[in-house]
Amino acid sequence: MRISDIAANDAPMVQLVGPDGIPTGETDVGLSDDGLRDALRLMIRARRLDRECTALQRQGELTVYPPFEGQEAAQVGSALALGPDDFVFPSFRELAAAIVRGVDVVEYLEYHRGTWHGGPYDPIATRFAPICVPVATQIVHAVGWALGAKLDATAACALAYFGDGSASEGDFHEAANIAGVFRAPAILFCQNNGWAISVPLSQQTAAPIADRASGYGFPGVRVDGNDVLAVYAVTKAAVERAHAGDGPTLIEAMTYRIGSHSTADDATRYRDEDEVDVWRARDPIERFRRFLASSDVADDGFVSTCEAEAEAWVAEVRAGITSVGAPPVSEMFDHAFADPPAALLRQREHWIVDG
Amino acid sequence: MAELTMVAVLNAALRDALAGDERTLVFGEDVGELGGVFRVTEGLQREFGRERVFNTPIAEAGIAGMCVGLAMAGWRPVAEMQFDGFSYPALDQVISHIAKYRMRTRGRVGMPVVIRIPSFGGIKGKEHHGESPETYYAHTAGLKVVVPADALDAYRLLRLSIDDPDPVIFLEPKSRYWSKVEGEIEALTVDGPSIGEAVVHLPDGNDCTIVTYGAMRARCLEAATTLAEEGIGARVIDLRSLVPLDVDTLTRSVAETGRAVVVHEAPQTLGFGAEIAARIMEEAFDHLEAPVVRVTGPDVPYPPAALEQEYLPSVERIADAVRRTVAY
Repeated sequence: MRISDIAANDAPMVQLVGPDGIPTGETDVGLSDDGLRDALRLMIRARRLDRECTALQRQGELTVYPPFEGQEAAQVGSALALGPDDFVFPSFRELAAAIVRGVDVVEYLEYHRGTWHGGPYDPIATRFAPICVPVATQIVHAVGWALGAKLDATAACALAYFGDGSASEGDFHEAANIAGVFRAPAILFCQNNGWAISVPLSQQTAAPIADRASGYGFPGVRVDGNDVLAVYAVTKAAVERAHAGDGPTLIEAMTYRIGSHSTADDATRYRDEDEVDVWRARDPIERFRRFLASSDVADDGFVSTCEAEAEAWVAEVRAGITSVGAPPVSEMFDHAFADPPAALLRQREHWIVDG
Repeated sequence: MAELTMVAVLNAALRDALAGDERTLVFGEDVGELGGVFRVTEGLQREFGRERVFNTPIAEAGIAGMCVGLAMAGWRPVAEMQFDGFSYPALDQVISHIAKYRMRTRGRVGMPVVIRIPSFGGIKGKEHHGESPETYYAHTAGLKVVVPADALDAYRLLRLSIDDPDPVIFLEPKSRYWSKVEGEIEALTVDGPSIGEAVVHLPDGNDCTIVTYGAMRARCLEAATTLAEEGIGARVIDLRSLVPLDVDTLTRSVAETGRAVVVHEAPQTLGFGAEIAARIMEEAFDHLEAPVVRVTGPDVPYPPAALEQEYLPSVERIADAVRRTVAY
């Protein structure tokens, strides 16, 4: 017997709508026509804001910004599948998911404006944890939260977003192993966008990330991350599994980062434009637009309305975030401890009063 | 009156915390059936069930990371790291998240987390079993760092740590685990000095202030007794908590004695003694009659068991340092 190599890139994946918008599987995923239109509306809105954020960074209104263009279906499809009590543990590129979950976007963007760190919005009320930058650490938080929900006997699950690069971290393994041992209601949602800054998937891992799940004792599924219906269906199944007490699921959504890692990065230094073109042809919004048009769910007029609505909304966000100034120096001292120790209060006074 | 060990008292503190607040959870490696490798959690799983006292996989980063998620879900995690030298995989979670969450969320989400770490040397342990990690934590803003020196204080400090709204790194001096004090389990109390208050022992000693914490307090008191027979009066400050630091007690005492010796097990360079010496310079320079002296471990990795008594500050080294300081 010969043991053959399995490349991380070629493995079967769940797909319901092909890149041309033509169904390749069962497209009735339980969403009403309004629900389907909502998914398109949210993706259009997310992309418009993403492009605005890059523009705001170029204009000096935001500090470094990590664009997510190309990953709209992966984020919108998965976030839409969650229930109101479920909790999201994002990394740092999940603005589209934050929009779906109703996070105050101006507050969210305070992180990118540099006026506060990753939790300027209310994480508990929005059930959206602070932006988490050290990659993979948030997966463990999600599993801890999921275990807590299980101990409370509430039917709620945690979903952690992370990337293909994050999956190389030890925290991914510890989180997955702990989730398996405790059968925690957790969804480990990998957005495999092909690149970890400049390192391609082939240099990151030698096998499909979804395949790892069997080693932890729970299911793993690879899904076309640019097919919003497939992402929704797969995540919905994982949510139902978690709510039913059947434990965790690993989802690997195959997608692509059309832009650079961040506004401080230049992807042309390490990536062929030909590869980007291949993925542009798999665009998640255009695909879903065609599908909804051919299904008579959303016509061009609906799309125009969404675009106009997104334009107006982004103008509001822009006005909101550009009016946010630096917080008072005292805030630097006020949130380190619930009850600041005397020595810290003295330091605070020295900083503020004595200057 | 019964004799109580620090292990028994820590066990009682965990039991009382579990009984007093049903949101308290105790977990870590081997803390369930076995009761922990030092038996600090003995009997707790039987008493409170497998949902509130449970074993985890060997995954220190995972244990610390779970604390974050559990705290966000409204639980009060009390996690055990099995040994000082095995706690380092958790540093990323402790430094990047547990310490920063309240600040990151503008005060909205605190981390009422306690991480207990059996620490320090003096038990003839193998490599990785005798480390002094306090400076790593004390240098991480957002954490409290607490070190009990005796059993009765261990009860008080652990209960207060579990009740604290902020994360506390609770360093247990292994070499004092089996030291005994007279007392009754039922009479243990949280009344007394709180976190952030140092305690002055032998306050009549007016020639020198010895500043210490943890297992070294016993050696410092022994040195002070020896010195008293020579006519040198030394008082001993047990810091109890490194963060917050009781700067006032420290400054007041040095103002009275004019001399200070700092004692700890950790290596000298950037050990906590450096912070104490700097604070004394800043706050009590005008009162100093002699330079502050540090009695510490040398700047080498912790040695094998056969050499650890050469490494650790001995009663004689401490007494010598005080003599030199007084004679300066």
